[in-house]
Amino acid sequence: MKKVLLLSALLALSSFGLSAKEWTEIRMASEGAYPPFNETGSDGALKGFDIDIGNALCTEMKAKCTWVKQEWDGMIPALIARKFDAIVASMSITEERKAKVDFTNKYYASPVVLIAKTGSPLRPELASLKGRKVAVQRGTVSDNFATKYWAGKGVEIVRYAKQDEAYLDLKSGRVDATFADYWEAYGGFLTKPEGSGYSIAGDQYFGKNAEERAVIGEGIGIAVRKKDQDLKAQLNKALAALRTSGKYDEIRKKYFPMDIYGN
Amino acid sequence: MDALIEYSPSLLAGAWVTLQVAILSLMLAVGTGLLGAACKLSRLAPLRWWSALYTTVVRGVPDLVMMLLVFYGGQVLLNQVSDYLEWEMIELNAFAAGVLTIGFIFGAYFTETFRGAFQAVPAGQMEAGRAYGMSGWQTFWRVLFPQMLRYALPGMGNNWLVLLKSTAIVSMIGLSDMTWLADQAGRSTHQPFTFYLAVCVLYLAMTSVSNAVLQRLERRYNVGVREANV
Amino acid sequence: MEWFDLTVVTGSLPEFWRGLWMTLHLTGIALIIGFGFAVPLSIARVSKNPWVSAPVRAYTYFFRGTPMLVQLLLVYYGIGQSEWMQQMWEAGNPFWLLFRDAYFCALLAFSLNTCAYQLEMFAGAIRNTPNGEVEAAKAMGMTRSTALRRIILPSALRRALPPFSNEVILMLQGSAIASAVTLVDLTGAARNVYSRHYAPFEAFIFAGLLYLVVTFVLVGLFRVAENRWLAHLQPRRSASDAKKN
Repeated sequence: MKKVLLLSALLALSSFGLSAKEWTEIRMASEGAYPPFNETGSDGALKGFDIDIGNALCTEMKAKCTWVKQEWDGMIPALIARKFDAIVASMSITEERKAKVDFTNKYYASPVVLIAKTGSPLRPELASLKGRKVAVQRGTVSDNFATKYWAGKGVEIVRYAKQDEAYLDLKSGRVDATFADYWEAYGGFLTKPEGSGYSIAGDQYFGKNAEERAVIGEGIGIAVRKKDQDLKAQLNKALAALRTSGKYDEIRKKYFPMDIYGN
Repeated sequence: MDALIEYSPSLLAGAWVTLQVAILSLMLAVGTGLLGAACKLSRLAPLRWWSALYTTVVRGVPDLVMMLLVFYGGQVLLNQVSDYLEWEMIELNAFAAGVLTIGFIFGAYFTETFRGAFQAVPAGQMEAGRAYGMSGWQTFWRVLFPQMLRYALPGMGNNWLVLLKSTAIVSMIGLSDMTWLADQAGRSTHQPFTFYLAVCVLYLAMTSVSNAVLQRLERRYNVGVREANV
Repeated sequence: MEWFDLTVVTGSLPEFWRGLWMTLHLTGIALIIGFGFAVPLSIARVSKNPWVSAPVRAYTYFFRGTPMLVQLLLVYYGIGQSEWMQQMWEAGNPFWLLFRDAYFCALLAFSLNTCAYQLEMFAGAIRNTPNGEVEAAKAMGMTRSTALRRIILPSALRRALPPFSNEVILMLQGSAIASAVTLVDLTGAARNVYSRHYAPFEAFIFAGLLYLVVTFVLVGLFRVAENRWLAHLQPRRSASDAKKN
């Protein structure tokens, strides 16, 4: 036993000494409440587009992956606190987050949209939403955007721990609309039976100026700690390989009939 | 109903997580409680102050707030310690954070229970022990402790029942206990009422079994003690 | 590393105050409603007629045997998402529309919960009424209801003051779960501040301190009240450290 300990201590020290570490074991985190990107199956395990992409990346990198379930609220602090090594949870790449963590290149692009009853006159604009209740998931780009541009100006922002809960309350009429990530809304609500009668109110929203675009973000990436540049490089390389080998599209087709990567 | 059957293995696994959290927290709380009671009854003033601060803070701060602090803040502190000592990283997951927080909180309640129980043992018992020539430790272990336990039992039982119910808040830091899994299943199947009700039934089963066991224990520990007949 | 950045707290003070206010009135109103129902129900609870006491017993068994968080989720998501309820909302039924409001749901769940605990507390105090008091009331020719109103209840409610003060503080702490149903109470405000600044210490320690201050004020007020109304019981008073959630 002692020998094993000593050996592992030596190994730990030696790997510490190397400048660029070859990552063979990666702990990936996802939320498990953001279908179809990540959700929790009836067996309690994570599944979805994010999970499939994460696993494919690991296969490509010949690394062993383990998955950690983490509430959205604490995702970035937990990464910094080294509870896991990478966030593969449909996280938008924003300036605010880049101050804390690093992102790989995007693995899909997503605008934000306002979802309301089909035929609703509501639009994702301050004037249209005055006096209304808008649901967002706490700590998402939609929350940041709504908090920055709408809150305190006559729009009531209702924050949820999970996007799923926002849909439930939209359906029950507790809120007038929800402001959310487009593809998540598409795959997790609008194309499902429970989303019938609801559609996108207005257009897909990318932000109308540079300031707004900085809040909404430049696509969805995998977040890693700032000091793990080697992991970021490895993930980017594997991501590019998945795109060229066609593996990416194979996974995407399981969930979406059309392109979600953008250009 | 079909949905309930489909998700029942997951729900039962969640019940097992709940029980594990509850039992481990109980063990931690009893240990902390004994230590806390010793401090409260100590002749050293700083020990008394610390234990008073401990029980006051716990009574005044909600368990959820403390758990969020331990879960989100604890890891940051732990990393600084392990970095400083150049250890491998120590992970504080939702399970550990839940057990630590609930154990810490209920340690304060057990402190009060044990303190009261130690004081309830008549001083004559200790004096008799010493008169027999027992050492301080022997009187504690053979005379004071077993009698204290009898007085502490009702309070301990009550603390356990409350502790069991507090475990539900670990679902709010994302531990897959039965409340979290019911929440998930309720959303996936659009039958939240059924699943929350199922969790209620599971909790009621746990509290009822605990009640029955506690009553039996109390009867056993009270053997030889005549109940007052008013 | 500066692990406590005071500007995070000072920058969010209005949010914290609004949260504190929400916590205070939510807890206060729930306690008052709970008390209003607990007194008559405690009389039903001690009734010798099982048709009267059994339903009350079943109610307290359920609400004291399950976590308040699950009760809250049951009311907000469980009842709110049922097909039947949604039809009622579509139809615009004003009573059922109340369930659409998160504040109402939390108030309902908290009131039901605290009522169950208060009720058992008062029932216990009624059972422990010294027999002499009841006999004296009978000897004075009081009817059962007069004796209940003038003798038994006032005496029982006074004796229930120490556990009641305990219940008030536990409700204050227990109300922290309101943030699970979108309400921005003190804990909810702390969670918002945390997710905006990723600052766990600032957000949660400051919220914890505010809860601590409120608890101290309440404990002080109850001490004054006990000195006033329980002076005659002072030497026999025993410290009760029961906790519930």
